[in-house]
Amino acid sequence: MAIECLVLAARPPRLRGEDGGGEATEAWLRDSGVERRRERGEAAAAAAAAAWPSRAGQEVGKSCVVVTFGGGKRVMFDCGMHMGHRDSRRYPDFDRLLADGAADYNAAISCVVITHFHLDHIGALPYFTEVCGYHGPVYMTYPTKALAPLMLEDYRKVMVDHRGEEEQYSYEDILRCMRKVIPLDLKQTIQVDKDLSIRAYYAGHVLGAAMIYAKVGDAAIVYTGDYNMTPDRHLGAAQIDRLKLDLLITESTYAKTVRDSKHAREREFLKAVHKCVSGGGKVLIPAFALGRAQELCILLDDYWERMNLKIPIYFSAGLTIQANMYYKMLIGWTSQKIKNSYTVHNPFDFKHVCHFERSFINNPGPCVLFATPGMISGGFSLEVFKKWAPSEKNLVTLPGYCVAGTIGHKLMSGKPTRIDIDKDTHIDVRCQIHQLSFSPHTDSKGIMDLTEFLSPSHVILVHGEKPQMAFLKERIESELRMQCCYPANNETVSIPTSQNLKINATEKFIASFCMDETENDPQKQNLNFGGDMPQGCRTEGVAEGVLLMEKSKTPKILREDELLHSLGMETHFVHFEPLHPSSIEVKHTGESAVQQSSLEHLDCE
Amino acid sequence: MKLVSAKLLPSPSLSRAPQAPDANAHVTSQTCLDTGVDGGYYTPASHLLEVEGLRILLDCPIDLSALTAFSAVPLGASSSSGDAEDLIRGVPYYRSPTAVAAAKAGRIDAVLVSSATGLLGLPFLTRLPGFANTKVYVTEVAARMGSLMMRELVEMHREFVRCYGPDRDQSPVWMEGEKLKKLMSVLQKITTEDEENNNLAALVSLYSLDNIEECMQKTQYVKYGEEVCFNGMLMLKASSSGLELGNCVWTIKGPRASMTYLPSSIFVSAHALDFDYSSLKGNDVILFSDFSSLNGMYDDNKKMGEHIVDETDILLASNSVFSTEKSFRDDGMDEDETIKFLCSNDDIAEEIERISFICSCIIDAINSGGSVLIPIGRIGIILLLLEHMSETLHSSNMKVPIFMISETAEEIITFTNALPEWLCKSRQEKLFSCEPLFGHVELLKEGKLSLFSHLYSKGLLAAWKEPCIVFCPHWSLRHGPAVHLLHRWRADKRCLLVLEQGVDAELTLKPFMPLAIQVLGCSFLSGIKVGKIDPLLGLLKPKLILFPEGQKSLCPATDKQPWSFLYYSKGKTIEVPNMREEFEVRMTTEVAFGLQPRQLDKTTAVARLKAKLLLSNGQYVLAAAKSELDRSERHLLHWGTVDASCIPSALQEKGIVCSFSADADYSAPSDRERVISITSPGEALVKVTSERTTIYCDDEETAERVYDALRSICNGI
Repeated sequence: MAIECLVLAARPPRLRGEDGGGEATEAWLRDSGVERRRERGEAAAAAAAAAWPSRAGQEVGKSCVVVTFGGGKRVMFDCGMHMGHRDSRRYPDFDRLLADGAADYNAAISCVVITHFHLDHIGALPYFTEVCGYHGPVYMTYPTKALAPLMLEDYRKVMVDHRGEEEQYSYEDILRCMRKVIPLDLKQTIQVDKDLSIRAYYAGHVLGAAMIYAKVGDAAIVYTGDYNMTPDRHLGAAQIDRLKLDLLITESTYAKTVRDSKHAREREFLKAVHKCVSGGGKVLIPAFALGRAQELCILLDDYWERMNLKIPIYFSAGLTIQANMYYKMLIGWTSQKIKNSYTVHNPFDFKHVCHFERSFINNPGPCVLFATPGMISGGFSLEVFKKWAPSEKNLVTLPGYCVAGTIGHKLMSGKPTRIDIDKDTHIDVRCQIHQLSFSPHTDSKGIMDLTEFLSPSHVILVHGEKPQMAFLKERIESELRMQCCYPANNETVSIPTSQNLKINATEKFIASFCMDETENDPQKQNLNFGGDMPQGCRTEGVAEGVLLMEKSKTPKILREDELLHSLGMETHFVHFEPLHPSSIEVKHTGESAVQQSSLEHLDCE
Repeated sequence: MKLVSAKLLPSPSLSRAPQAPDANAHVTSQTCLDTGVDGGYYTPASHLLEVEGLRILLDCPIDLSALTAFSAVPLGASSSSGDAEDLIRGVPYYRSPTAVAAAKAGRIDAVLVSSATGLLGLPFLTRLPGFANTKVYVTEVAARMGSLMMRELVEMHREFVRCYGPDRDQSPVWMEGEKLKKLMSVLQKITTEDEENNNLAALVSLYSLDNIEECMQKTQYVKYGEEVCFNGMLMLKASSSGLELGNCVWTIKGPRASMTYLPSSIFVSAHALDFDYSSLKGNDVILFSDFSSLNGMYDDNKKMGEHIVDETDILLASNSVFSTEKSFRDDGMDEDETIKFLCSNDDIAEEIERISFICSCIIDAINSGGSVLIPIGRIGIILLLLEHMSETLHSSNMKVPIFMISETAEEIITFTNALPEWLCKSRQEKLFSCEPLFGHVELLKEGKLSLFSHLYSKGLLAAWKEPCIVFCPHWSLRHGPAVHLLHRWRADKRCLLVLEQGVDAELTLKPFMPLAIQVLGCSFLSGIKVGKIDPLLGLLKPKLILFPEGQKSLCPATDKQPWSFLYYSKGKTIEVPNMREEFEVRMTTEVAFGLQPRQLDKTTAVARLKAKLLLSNGQYVLAAAKSELDRSERHLLHWGTVDASCIPSALQEKGIVCSFSADADYSAPSDRERVISITSPGEALVKVTSERTTIYCDDEETAERVYDALRSICNGI
């Protein structure tokens, strides 16, 4: 038995993506609504941006991994799109699924599981279900199902309205697609069909992000999606049981990075904002609707409360307000700290956030404004930027990575005094620029920790850049002694799996090798749990018996003394005795005698 | 050296063998501790289950029936009129849960809780020594609701303590003499059917906030559909039961049998996630613990107070009975049709009709200038009532303040808007279209609904306006704000009190007599309708059903049913027969490849096996032992007879020189001892009888060779 893992590449595969450099809208599209994966601070960001065009093979652009279990069950994990492409290459090469003769996608795929609402994980789903015609089961967590349409529609609108592209799928397609989605709760075991079961675990990263456990027969795997091993202000850290796994497929975006403390950066951010508003300035925070905006807003709201500040905090678009409403209903998916206290104080009931109107842009006096889209890639945040940038009292805070070509990127990569929007428009930039970056991805330590914790037989790295994945593979193989690989796009990797045989055992056999109840005190068990045993596992000790195999019957294991009875036979004793009784002393010391006595002893039974 | 001593002391595995079969470790038994009081909503039944040697308590509710014997806290010196003379004035005592006796009698390994109300008695137990290592499993939402309800109970109880002073060490004055007798008579009146058990359920004082804390620390929260492993042996899974937010049905899967613990369930609900019956399919045993048919819902409506007209309650519509019979008659039993029948929206429609009726009564009362007091404890009903009432008020253009006065009101109201995963599908849709999950969110925002923790809360007086509608605890009418408000309104015939049937109205209302206030007794769907039991069982296909003796008539056993019944009754233990004699074990391929099978005949082979026996998630697994199986050529077990005449040739084949002893007699019967003497390569003697072969030899090498030769003609392993 084996598991096959296929990373679906763009269609047609191995084509270089185009560098869409110039246009702000396009840059935003690559990342619409998503905190991108390469936000790594100033220097790193610049380097990463230079390397942006998607590599063939290992790439960060989109996620779509298809795992085939022995017996033909096939699960598609994530159905993402590549924002760097404008044509059909933005979608995974679904045709590959039909390569081995399946009639259609419904026959080819047992189910689709989406890990979270970012477009590089869900962007191609409406296309797959509504255009390609897949109508089998699609699973995602409750928050993902709730928030994904926002992301998808937002992206679709910009693509069609701003870029004037041909519509790939309509708003109705998105709604139709989402109606088919079966929502998942964490830790629920869902039986997809008779043989295939899946389970979601908390992944941190963004609201509703999940790691997915899938099992067919004895073969079990985990696909992590994007995850975060350290809690942030509104989300907890990834959490998973110790499972017995044949394969772990993990993201490896930050395969080489070890992150430093967030607190210092948070303090720095608050200090900069406070300084600006107390000097009567305005703070512009260009951010995407979901994720970072909520995290920073919790941070600010809390700070405002502590410092007793009365300066208004605004959210620019209806989208973000709506997002906050979702967050309130989905509070069970946030961090434990928030969950414990939200009935007293819901952190998404922002006390200091006020209703915003467009005309406020020109109002005098200090304020803080969250405006979409992030990276100042166009739309409202650009409009505000034009107005506020010329004053040195004001502050622009850039939370996270900005794609090349965006104003955000220009602001980060030096301090320009003048930015040309187009040949007629230019902006004098005299405001201060503050850059803030913490990422909701796990770092290399997190990946190593998770891998060590789960101790799978094999590891596959996806969703990373090739040199970094090579580095991590080396570490996993040498430090954790696990087999590891990072398949190129459209390359199929086959992983052998263990398989267990079903047999029966008699009650006597089980009873004789079970521990006494009294020995089963919980402390001892805890040791077991904490040790190298998978969860819910307990050793009963070494068992000895006889396996009886009869034609057309399930093999049965019996205790030795039960065998003859079951065969209808009588024992024939075989004894060893000394020939000369005088040598009896030898018997108790010599090696042969040892064997003899053990034999005799058994014979006595 | 080590093994010499093994001769004297048999190896551990063998020594333990004889006790295994007769140890009752593998017998499943079930004891019904309590069948509940009111058909199971507020006081569900409680059971003790023994399975594979583990003792598991199923639900531990609190029985508040003793409370009726106590007088509510007087408002002021003058206020207490009414017919309260008989009632005890003192800090109330409560009936100790029957499970306490069970926990005292022996260790309890785990507690499975199926509802918030099933959790309320647990703090009585957490102090007991038999409870030290117990783990409590409960759904996240039921745990949350339960701990809020317990806190509320303790807070309300404090009113008594404030009035009468704290508990002393000695028993209170009323414990002696006349008063106690009266209490006992009250208690007996409530529970006439099991008087003998009254001694069992001793009276105890209420637990404290610390006890609740201690209890909650032992709980492990689960989600619907989450599989948790207890003790390596049992897999536990909660599935929604549809009755209330967070209520569940448990699947208990052991290595040899699977069991469903089925408390009161509702197929489709207007608020909670529907009954997930399909997850129970194929479980071997069902412990049927739905006592809702006893809660008066199915009796003809008794008149209570002045109003009681709810005709929708006359249930068991004839057509449901009909379809039950039908589904049994055509043996094919169309599963889809059964499901359609079970999950029809009738339940919701009826429930909504009941709620609309209550709303119309409320409107009538308000119109006449009276206020409405609703001391109902069912959170789902409260939420639905709020939604429908505000609609009715809105459509009839009335502006009436709605108050919710409870220690935990705010928390419950916030909490219920943040649990989409636990709600019925139609409410989950609200999440996906970004609407609040319940109507109360809007009501709060618009200021139509106000929440206060106490009657004396700051701001309540300013907001107070009569007529108004008040939701507040407690349905027992012995503590909580309801007592005070009822005293305020009881003489006003324009006012309305909405009570739940199943509560003994006569006793409950006694201290408030005479009453002018209108009393509306209403009942709600609290479990599986009788007509649906049989079709459900047909769908679940169990092998055995443990059914309450008292409800035998509801589900008569027939020959056609492929399952059998065992009837249980309170306080009795029944033994559940083993579903499987043998255990299912998984063997890893690694172990299988290491086997050296020996063919016995055409159809049978045997192999000796030594492996690590693991118990993982309720499944035994034989994994390769670290120490390799001893590959010695010697067999440890031989059987059959050895044909002595074959021995010489077998020995000679191995190059051994031998001869039958001089006194050998070839013609002698085979059970006679035959002796073969060996001269080369060493000196040895082999004695053979029908059941025994003895090799006499001092030289190990020779012994080995002789044995080797014998092995070829003797069956062994």
